[in-house]
Amino acid sequence: MIEFRQVSKRFPDGTLAVEDFSLVIPSRKTTVFVGSSGCGKTTILRMINRMIDRSSGSIEIDGEDIVALDKVKLRRRIGYVMQNSGLLPHRKVVDNVATVPLLNGVPKKEAHTRALELLDTVGLDRSLANRYPSQLSGGQQQRVGVARGLAADPNILLMDEPFGAVDPLVRAELQQELIRLQRELDKTVVFVTHDIDEAFLLGDQVVILQKGGVIVQKGSPTEILTAPANDFVADFIGATKGKRALHIDRRDGRDVVLDSEGRAAGVLVDGSTGTGEEVPT
Amino acid sequence: MNLLVDAFAWIFDPAHQAGANGIPTRLVQHLGISLLVLLVASAIAIPVGYLIGHTGKGRTLAVSLTGGFRSLPTLGLLIILALWLGVGLEAPLIALIVLAVPPILAGAYSGFEAVDRRTIDAARAVGMTEWQIVSKVEVPLGLPLLIGGLRSGTLQIIATATLADYVGAGGLGHFIFVGQKSNDYPQMLAGSLLVIALALLSEGIFALLQKLVVPRGVVANQSTDVRRPSSRRVAVVGFPTEERK
Repeated sequence: MIEFRQVSKRFPDGTLAVEDFSLVIPSRKTTVFVGSSGCGKTTILRMINRMIDRSSGSIEIDGEDIVALDKVKLRRRIGYVMQNSGLLPHRKVVDNVATVPLLNGVPKKEAHTRALELLDTVGLDRSLANRYPSQLSGGQQQRVGVARGLAADPNILLMDEPFGAVDPLVRAELQQELIRLQRELDKTVVFVTHDIDEAFLLGDQVVILQKGGVIVQKGSPTEILTAPANDFVADFIGATKGKRALHIDRRDGRDVVLDSEGRAAGVLVDGSTGTGEEVPT
Repeated sequence: MNLLVDAFAWIFDPAHQAGANGIPTRLVQHLGISLLVLLVASAIAIPVGYLIGHTGKGRTLAVSLTGGFRSLPTLGLLIILALWLGVGLEAPLIALIVLAVPPILAGAYSGFEAVDRRTIDAARAVGMTEWQIVSKVEVPLGLPLLIGGLRSGTLQIIATATLADYVGAGGLGHFIFVGQKSNDYPQMLAGSLLVIALALLSEGIFALLQKLVVPRGVVANQSTDVRRPSSRRVAVVGFPTEERK
């Protein structure tokens, strides 16, 4: 469990990026911070592994204030995946994945064996192990980035818009992969995105942020969709228009679901799962 | 062309191959001075350049300071130093170090600056100490530019080390100064040709070295046909914006 208590961050240039932010991030769930650029979501994420130090308040991981912990040790036990994979260009894929275990003094052979297993885990062919990052596609690089984040078997995985720079098809694939990984590995995932669809798809807890790290609403995707806290949220999640503002029209004896433009989005069928979970595909 | 032929004849004359003023002795002296200067200048410039490159601080100061020293005419500096320190090796050593530090310093810090900030950020985020960021990321990725700095520094040292003999410190400059005094132009030209040969040799060695030290992953990107990110904007709803520059 990660707990923020009245955390503020003022940068040296005077910008107040996050003000009085309090939140509990539950263990073994995916929490997604979503908001427009400059809302402070990345700042909040980076305060967890002390890439940014908070100005006031406290951040605790499992009841332990992270200020008391050594930054380097803290970072090595937290997985970190960033938008541009951040791989070391002069090291092979297998060495990139093994970075943290090697830093922790795991023997090279053992670290490499584990790295190859991780390539399987993230769905990459082992034949790519001896390539350099620049020889991979963007999607493959992101997978290597995820494998590196998992290499030290951390409890917490921080993901800063990890799928932001790949094309929509690959992004959808990576999102499904992450859902599968999360089912298998059961990590505490903290995910940052500006894409509300991605947030609803991945998040157990979705936190919608406004400038200054102000929480406008937090809850499960269903809670937010059914009861947007205010007009900003309703607008942000697109509840008033487009593909989320659906209504039912009875045609030829069947219930047809239409979007706000009147275009057919689908038909209502019996036997819905009714759990609020996404339907397995 | 006669002069050139005479100069080559002078170089290969057996009489000039031995003794304190023989070509081999003078060549070794010249190389020795150059190497010593290169070592001392590197020992000063590389750590300072790395510190500037890693922290991003003190760049302006270092650039203006070394640039200022660099603009001192080496011959003038050499004579002032020789008047102060006396005839010998110290004066030319210092004058040449002042000449060689700026390019090496620039190579060191620009090598670090050329490393993608996101790569360094990621290295820090996965738990590298500052020292590990320097040794495992910045040094290997900055090597090509550092070698470039060493290359141009060495070239300047070898060329300018001819002045060393002006204050009696030895080297190939001897032939030029002696030749000038006695109007022995073939000898002067021979001295110059030897310096040129040495300079070309060092260029060759560094060109090779520069090829060898480029990290393989970076070479891989340049020489093989890999998929590159398209420069075309991809039509995506909510195209990612760079948040933290």
